Amino acid sequence: MALHFVDYLVLVLYFGFVLGIGWFLRKHVRTSSEFLTSAHSLPLWITSLAFLAANMGALEMIGMCGSGAKYGMLTSHFYWVGAIPAMLFVGVFMMPFYYGSKARSVPEYLKLRFDEKTRGFNAITFAVMTIFSSGISMYALGILLQAIFGWSFTFSVLMSAGIVLAYTYLGGLSSAIYNEVLQFFLIVTGFAPLAILSVQKAGGWQGIEARLSPQMTQTWRHLSNPADNPMGVEVFGLIMGLGFVLSFGYWCTNYLVVQRAMAARSMTDARNTPIVGAFPKMLIPFVVIVPGVAAAALATMGAGYSIPLKNGGPDYDKVLFSLMEQFYPSGMLGVGLTALVASFMSGMAGNVTAFNTVWTYDIYQSYIRKNAPDSHYLWMGRMATIFGTAMSIGAAYLATQFNNMMDFLQLIFGFVNAPLFATFLLGMFWKRATGNGAFSGLVSGTAAAALTYSLTLAEGKGGWLGVLHEFPSSMAQNFWVAINAWTVCFLVTIVVSLLGKPRPEEELVGLVYGVTKHEAETAVWYKRPAMLALLAAILCLALNLVYF
Amino acid sequence: MLDLRKPAGYFFLLLGLILCAAGLAFDFKAPLLDRNLNLEFGIFSVLFGGVFLWLARRA
Repeated sequence: MALHFVDYLVLVLYFGFVLGIGWFLRKHVRTSSEFLTSAHSLPLWITSLAFLAANMGALEMIGMCGSGAKYGMLTSHFYWVGAIPAMLFVGVFMMPFYYGSKARSVPEYLKLRFDEKTRGFNAITFAVMTIFSSGISMYALGILLQAIFGWSFTFSVLMSAGIVLAYTYLGGLSSAIYNEVLQFFLIVTGFAPLAILSVQKAGGWQGIEARLSPQMTQTWRHLSNPADNPMGVEVFGLIMGLGFVLSFGYWCTNYLVVQRAMAARSMTDARNTPIVGAFPKMLIPFVVIVPGVAAAALATMGAGYSIPLKNGGPDYDKVLFSLMEQFYPSGMLGVGLTALVASFMSGMAGNVTAFNTVWTYDIYQSYIRKNAPDSHYLWMGRMATIFGTAMSIGAAYLATQFNNMMDFLQLIFGFVNAPLFATFLLGMFWKRATGNGAFSGLVSGTAAAALTYSLTLAEGKGGWLGVLHEFPSSMAQNFWVAINAWTVCFLVTIVVSLLGKPRPEEELVGLVYGVTKHEAETAVWYKRPAMLALLAAILCLALNLVYF
Repeated sequence: MLDLRKPAGYFFLLLGLILCAAGLAFDFKAPLLDRNLNLEFGIFSVLFGGVFLWLARRA
């Protein structure tokens, strides 16, 4: 890619603003709560957009565009089935307990509801996951900057880590969240013109439909048989695996996103955070997936565009870059590339701020130094930001040594998040669930995920202990790993809980449905979570029907 | 606390001005593009930033 001075100017402008926001917010950070949790002070529009942006890493942008070219509109299931229902659920049903329990983090809720060992298990696995996740983002950004700007990998990684560290160290969670919102607008405005131009060039949506098979432009009609769609999945696996276990596991229990909602300034705003975020979220496929679908159509037209190749086969990960090269002149190219850098940074900062909170409150304060003055925990939060970033840099270098690091990380997510959702579901909605039940359920659910992966094969992955079943795609395998992990955790938690002694009901007030009295919602009817969630559900259903 | 609409507004305003200037001063091309995208997006970005600043001023 040949870049002009104007492209660099756009990048420098962006870096200047993100650092400036961190610098301005530094004087508002005086306590550990202000640094690590924003002291419940942020308005709804900020928290809801940050809720989205923390999840919009560049790997997703690049991957979703590539999946659009490979799988077509089926990819939109990751949004309309795999995100929206879970976002509405967490807002309506779960946020009252996260926010109302006064827990400062998701692991702390587990301590309040169950016991210390369940919190410890979740805190440690989550901390490790965030470091690896942040490191992989950093690795991918290093490779991207190396390829585009010709900078060395080390310089690219250190520079991006240095900028993220600077603004999160200065302004804490508020700075990360404010920058995530700026990054969200930049990502959407940076990629939206690409969607418009590529669809126009392909003859509009009707032109795309005429050039591609119906499997590429429809979302539900070819899911009765895995062999009938390019993803190799069927309805049950899709709804249960992606739509229920993986999706609810991520959106309802991952502290990285839940932390944004918990930073809201009132209970109503906290509940509305994921619900309001669901409205733009359901439109994101038109910005990131549709350009990929248009690329597949353009490649059939002989209009001068072809899908990039690698080792003789299509290289879908390069579809986004190839579209930017074809449609964006210098200037806009700088905007598009800066949007990609912004998405990497928002993902990285999200992980670092979630890590420093879980480390400080759930590991350091709980196990290493209790009852220290708040100024000490503020200092430790800042130190955690530094060594979290340093460990992420180490993970980025580790990633250069393994070509399957990303697959490994995806697998770990499935192992951890799927059983965790069963734990939360029972913890919040069944007062009989016990700490021993939750802990043994989590451990056995994780083991069930490992066993499923070890006994099945898909695209050469898995089958460590033998092959009892072969899946048509890795995606189908991931769905079933998650389904089994969730089911085993759910059943084991129930059985072990029934064998033990439940906690007295009065100790569960504010933590479990059925024993908690809910205050009447005082917001006007159109701002109430249930009403907004209903509207979002209707719109999401309509989108599914339009592209059925 | 900082009103994010101000920095966001200034960011998109400046971004728009840079792109408008690039659109007017240079004849940048892309293989499948047949319009002055820098100028068009630049104007949009100036207006987008202006809306943010107007909203911040009203608050």
